[in-house]
Order: sequence, then C-alpha cells, then structure tokens
Amino acid sequence: MAELKRTGLYDLHVELGAKMVPFAGYEMPVQYPMGVMKEHLHCRAAAGLFDVSHMGQVIVRPKSGDVTDVARALESLVPVSVLGLKEGRQRYGFFTSDAGGILDDLMIANRGDHLFLVVNAACKAGDIAHLRAGLPDSCEIEEITDRALLALQGPDAEAVLETLVPGTAAMRFMDVAVLSSEFGEVWISRSGYTGEDGFEISVANARAGDFARALLVHDAAEPIGLGARDSLRLEAGLCLYGNDIDTSTSPVEAALTWAIQKVRRAGGDREGGFPGAERILREMAEGTDRLRVGLRPDGRAPMRAGTELFAAADSERPIGAVTSGAYGPSIEGPMSMGYVATGQAAPGTVIYGEVRGKRLPATVTDLPFRPSNYKR
Amino acid sequence: MKFTEEHEWLRVEGDLVVVGITEHAAEQLGDVVFVELPEPDTTVSKDDEIVVIESVKAASDILAPVDGEIVEVNDALTDNPALVNEDPQGDAWFFKMKLEDMSALDDFMDEAEYKDFIA
Repeated sequence: MAELKRTGLYDLHVELGAKMVPFAGYEMPVQYPMGVMKEHLHCRAAAGLFDVSHMGQVIVRPKSGDVTDVARALESLVPVSVLGLKEGRQRYGFFTSDAGGILDDLMIANRGDHLFLVVNAACKAGDIAHLRAGLPDSCEIEEITDRALLALQGPDAEAVLETLVPGTAAMRFMDVAVLSSEFGEVWISRSGYTGEDGFEISVANARAGDFARALLVHDAAEPIGLGARDSLRLEAGLCLYGNDIDTSTSPVEAALTWAIQKVRRAGGDREGGFPGAERILREMAEGTDRLRVGLRPDGRAPMRAGTELFAAADSERPIGAVTSGAYGPSIEGPMSMGYVATGQAAPGTVIYGEVRGKRLPATVTDLPFRPSNYKR
Repeated sequence: MKFTEEHEWLRVEGDLVVVGITEHAAEQLGDVVFVELPEPDTTVSKDDEIVVIESVKAASDILAPVDGEIVEVNDALTDNPALVNEDPQGDAWFFKMKLEDMSALDDFMDEAEYKDFIA
C-alpha cells in the first residue's frame, strides 16, 4: 500500500488527541476526544473546525486573461452554467462521463480572472487528468498543493472567523473572496458540507496550524472529525461521492437536476454539450427507473450502506439499496439515503429494509432530513 | 467480576450471572445508538449472537459467553442506548442468565488478567 499522506494540520490533530485513520490516501482525524456524537451536536450548536486539506484545489486560468474563455471550455465537461457564474460567486457541479454517470462532484468559483475548483480527495488525480485531456490549450490547469483547506461550520462560524479575517461576515452563501489576513492571503467561500452556515478557508500550509489554533482559541470552536462530518452531511441530504453518487448513477437518478441550470437543459441557449448529455437530457424529459431518496427507518436500528430495500415485507426482489445510512444525532434517529424504484420514490411511501435478516419498515422522506441554515 | 476475551463482563448475582460489556469495549465502540436484546426465557448456547449493538461507527454483536437461559433483559437500553457509554459496567447491563453449571465461569479472566489482555 502506498504511504499515507499527511495534511499541514497533522501535528495539530495528534496534539488534540485525534484518532487518525486512512482516508482517500491521507491520514485523517476520524474523531477527537469529544467523540462523534458530541462533535456533531457541537457543530450544529456553535462552530466546528474541519480539516479538508485532502480535497483537491485547482486553478483553471485562461491564457487570454478572459475568464469567459475557461468558463466556456469547462462547460464541455460539466452540465452546469459556468458562463452564468458571476465574479465572486461559487456553485455546485459535477463532471459527467460519456455514459451520463458522475465522475466527481465539485465546487466551481469565479474569481475574476480565473476559475477555482474544489474536488474530492479520492478523485483529484483523475479529475486533473480529465481537465488536462478535456480542456483546450488556452486553459492553464494548476493543482494547488501548498495550501491547506479548512472548513468552519455552524451558527457561530461567522462571529469566530470575523475576528481573524475581517470582512467575511458580510459574505453571503456561495460568495467567494480572496482576503488578506495576519495568516497571509486566505481564499474564502461561504459554503460547506454540513447544512450549516459556514466557510471554507484555503490558507498556506505554513500558516495553517497557526490559523487553526487561532480559531480554536474561541470557546465556540471545536475540532470535528470525519465521523461527524459524515453524519452532518447526511442529515443535510448531501451526497458523498463514491457512496451516493458515482459513475453508475446519473445526475437525474441522483436527484441532482437542480444543479443543471436551465440554459444547459433542453431548449436552453447552451443546451447539452457536456459528456453524457444525450442520456441526461433524455432522462430529464422522460424520467428514470430509479431515484435517490431519503429514508427514515421506523425503529431505532440504522439501515446502513448496502441494506437492500423492498416494496413489501414479503416481496422477493429488491427495489433498491441504501447508499448511506447512520444515526442522525440532531434528528435523534436513524436516517438513510439510497436508490429506489421510481414507483416507490414519493415521500410518505413505506418500504422495507432488510437488516440482519428482518424486514423493517422505513418511510421515504424529503431531503434534507434537517433544514439547512445557509445565510442567503 | 469475570471478563471474556470478547470484552464482556460477568457478575454473579445470587444464582444468576449478569452480563454487560466492558468500559474498554464501550470506548472502542463509540457512541451507542441502538441496542437489540434477546427475548427473556430463551435458551442460548455459548457464542450465539444474542445482542446487536450499533454505535455511530458500526454494528457489532454480543455473543452468549456461556450456555444457559436468558431470564431477564435490560429494557432501559432499548430506550436509552447511550447508557452503554455512560455506565457500561454498572446500569448498562445487557441480560441476566441462569447457568446449568456455574463452574463455566472459572475459565474467564479476573480483572487483573483482563487489564493485561487489553494493555
């Protein structure tokens, strides 16, 4: 096995007593002494600090100096409107495959004279190769490897960050900014992956430890590991690439069509023109055989990833399977996400998950499980 | 109190044996969110999977440490699984068993031996 990489915050994690585990080729903190449940609740009640430096940070720069050149080029790889993204704004998107599956999901930001992308750790090498192969020579692709990425999430994130980086409190959800601070230049977006208001902050590796320590000086801020990150994002109804979406799921099956702006859909000015467009646009018109849904198991037993789902307690063939499942500390009960046959996908439908040989009822539920607190 | 290599503790209470999981096991499991207990009055054999316990991390089983009959289960755990983390070697007992042969307990570790085992 290849040697595990460490982020710029490794020493801090160890100092804080984190339990480190391998994740996407990195040694990452899965939890701190507080424990997964309390970390989750703390993030919802105050502020949680996450190390997400394992994720890929990529700059796509136009040789022409005109950002619309790279925006137009990137639209050949993603079904979202990149040209419609205003300077200082970010949006969610995904790279699609020729077969209409999802290669990775990502954030795309327009930073005036270039685009800034944040991609998943496990996919980043593939994504960068995909960008190099798919974008014309007029685009320069630079992987940023000397910067850490932190997320500060929760209702107190704004107040805590404003003390260190003045000006951030004025940002809205999905705004991006490059600001100067006592920790050097910081690249900030008002976003995250917890369903909470919050920020993602890119800071030079050499200053990341000091920056994180300065955030943690605040009583409101506590370090949060990957364990709670997973239950937070699941409560927020957000997909985990590799679990809930992958090359075998189309954006339509995954109920992510909200991220495909009108201009890229059938009848739009820039209709199609992305990999897998034929399938994806057809599915948007005609529907799919299966859909990603939320599920609330009736009892207390979590239905974890891989749990087979059935239309009835005694039906023979499964109608789908769970792709993520856990206990939701804020909703105080089990929650799952998975794919079911479209006929069973309406909220309120009762279906059955097979857990340890028993068919247990679960109700199809709107996502997110818990309303998000974004500052729009 | 006796301890098994599966990180259960066994405490003799009159002619019954009370079974739970150790502090060490509870800590390793993390926050417990679900407990499924056996039906009382069932006869079990050593190593039968009789309790399901799920934490925020994963599901695991608790095995019957010895042959015997389950005579009582701790229903408080079903409603409040977090008790397993709060008081694993006290209030969070799982079940009480009646053994045919109490000498079955002789083979298990005492506290000092268990401490060495997990060290």
